[in-house]
Amino acid sequence: MDINKDLVAASATPLVLAILAEGDSYGYAILKRVSELSGGELQWTDGMLYPVLHRLERQGHIKGKWGTSETGRKRKYYHVTARGQTQLTEHREQWQAVDATLRNIWLAVSLPARLALWPLPSHA
Amino acid sequence: MPERVTGTGSSDSLEGQIEQWRSYLRRRQAIRSADVEELEDHLRGEVAALRGAGLSGDEAFLVAVKRMGALDAISNEFAREHSERLWKQMVIASPDTEQPRRETRIEMIVVFALAVATGVAFKVPELFGLEPGVDERFYMRNFSLFVLPFLTVYFVWKRRLSERTWVWPALAFAAAVVFANVYPFETGSDTEALSALHLPIALWLPVGIAYAGGRWGQNAGRMDFVRFSGELLIYFALIALGGGVLTGLTAGIFGAIGIDVEPVLEDWMPCLVLGAVIVAAWLVEAKQSVIENMAPVLTRLFTPMFAFALVVFLGTMVFTGRGIDVEREALIIFDLLLVLVLGLLLYSISARDAEAPPEAFDVLLVVLLVSALVADAFALAAIGARISEFGFTPNRVAALGENVVLLGNLGWSTVLYIGFLRGRTPFASLERWQTAYLPVYSVWAAIVVVGFPLAFGFR
Repeated sequence: MDINKDLVAASATPLVLAILAEGDSYGYAILKRVSELSGGELQWTDGMLYPVLHRLERQGHIKGKWGTSETGRKRKYYHVTARGQTQLTEHREQWQAVDATLRNIWLAVSLPARLALWPLPSHA
Repeated sequence: MPERVTGTGSSDSLEGQIEQWRSYLRRRQAIRSADVEELEDHLRGEVAALRGAGLSGDEAFLVAVKRMGALDAISNEFAREHSERLWKQMVIASPDTEQPRRETRIEMIVVFALAVATGVAFKVPELFGLEPGVDERFYMRNFSLFVLPFLTVYFVWKRRLSERTWVWPALAFAAAVVFANVYPFETGSDTEALSALHLPIALWLPVGIAYAGGRWGQNAGRMDFVRFSGELLIYFALIALGGGVLTGLTAGIFGAIGIDVEPVLEDWMPCLVLGAVIVAAWLVEAKQSVIENMAPVLTRLFTPMFAFALVVFLGTMVFTGRGIDVEREALIIFDLLLVLVLGLLLYSISARDAEAPPEAFDVLLVVLLVSALVADAFALAAIGARISEFGFTPNRVAALGENVVLLGNLGWSTVLYIGFLRGRTPFASLERWQTAYLPVYSVWAAIVVVGFPLAFGFR
């Protein structure tokens, strides 16, 4: 399933913040975690993660620090700042509100959602 | 394990592929070397995981690169996040590598020391009882000697010149010190003013020899010096502008508390101006490959305007039937016009691809050249007709000589340029002519400095 680009972009910030809230991490591991959490549904182009990380760093939500990997190579680790935690809480509330709204409407129109599992002429 | 089976040959080629991929990334302006390292760590992580899943080195690399995404797209994303990186910044100390950083720091210290040395040199004569406000004539004659030797020392140091190369500039400066100071000039003498004015032009040649290092004999070395001179002028003008604002504001805020700092500023101003020349030279050296040259840009802007102004001038002169009013300054104005046209020509040449075919701008330059020559011919005819009446004063002979020197260059340049437009001569011959002509200006200036006082009896 291809997830809409805008949705991927919009969910990137809360996802990265939340993954880093679990513990400090680095680019490759963050992507692995995303893939794991989404069961492979959410595919990012690997290179695109880094501009997102840099933006979050510039905004002061996360902080990067150069360290070494287990093989002795240079690796940049990120951790969430207090600002980032606040931001994550905000994101979480917003997404929960969106999610709750959508859930309600899915219940009301449950049939088309199931029908969509069959190949239908696309109208998107 | 698959890694062992594929052997060292495969891992070597993997390293080579990663190295190549890294060099592609590095070429992107929006991606810094730290980003490259971060992305490389990612790529290696992916490759290791894929190889662990049984792919060969090559396959793993291909898949990992594919997953990383198209370079253009990544680069665009980086550019969006770091838009400031698209503005080329002049970074004096390169942040990428350790060794050049040390070198640039040493260079900074050398430049600072030389800039201070020019200021000190300006102050040294005061120890011997001379004062800038009183002995104006001494300072006027020697002004260029307070800075140009230090500028030359900078290039001797920077280019690690051998004694054989720097001995000629050194001799030239020694001779300049002698000729600027031994002549018994009369008070208010014209030849003294001319000598002061021409000495920097004469001494620009030894500076050029030091700048070009061992390449003064080559076309390219001289052309680089022409480029350097233009950029130096622009950078110096910019620094001077900032310096003017600084001193104006300083005087203003001290004035607000009732303290007059102008005498202090006046005392130190020449030292700052001299030091600024060294700093400007260093900036031009540091930026040469980083930021586009400004002189050719200004040339592109002003060549059409000057060509237009000159054509209109000639048209007006013919239409109204007015001759050139031969006053004192008439010839000097036309000398300046020729200098300017020469400058426009030089900096057009300096930025031009010699292999490119003629284009509209070349035609414009020829129009500029021809109209300048015609205007100058009118001026020369007007002056020549009455030169015996006016008499041969030092100023007039100097102005006339300059005119001949410039006319000689521009006249032959025009011939070569028209030849180029018609496809008869290669553009390179125009370039060669300009670089070959460079010493002529300095030689003429040296004649004015050394010969004129003798010829005109120090009048």
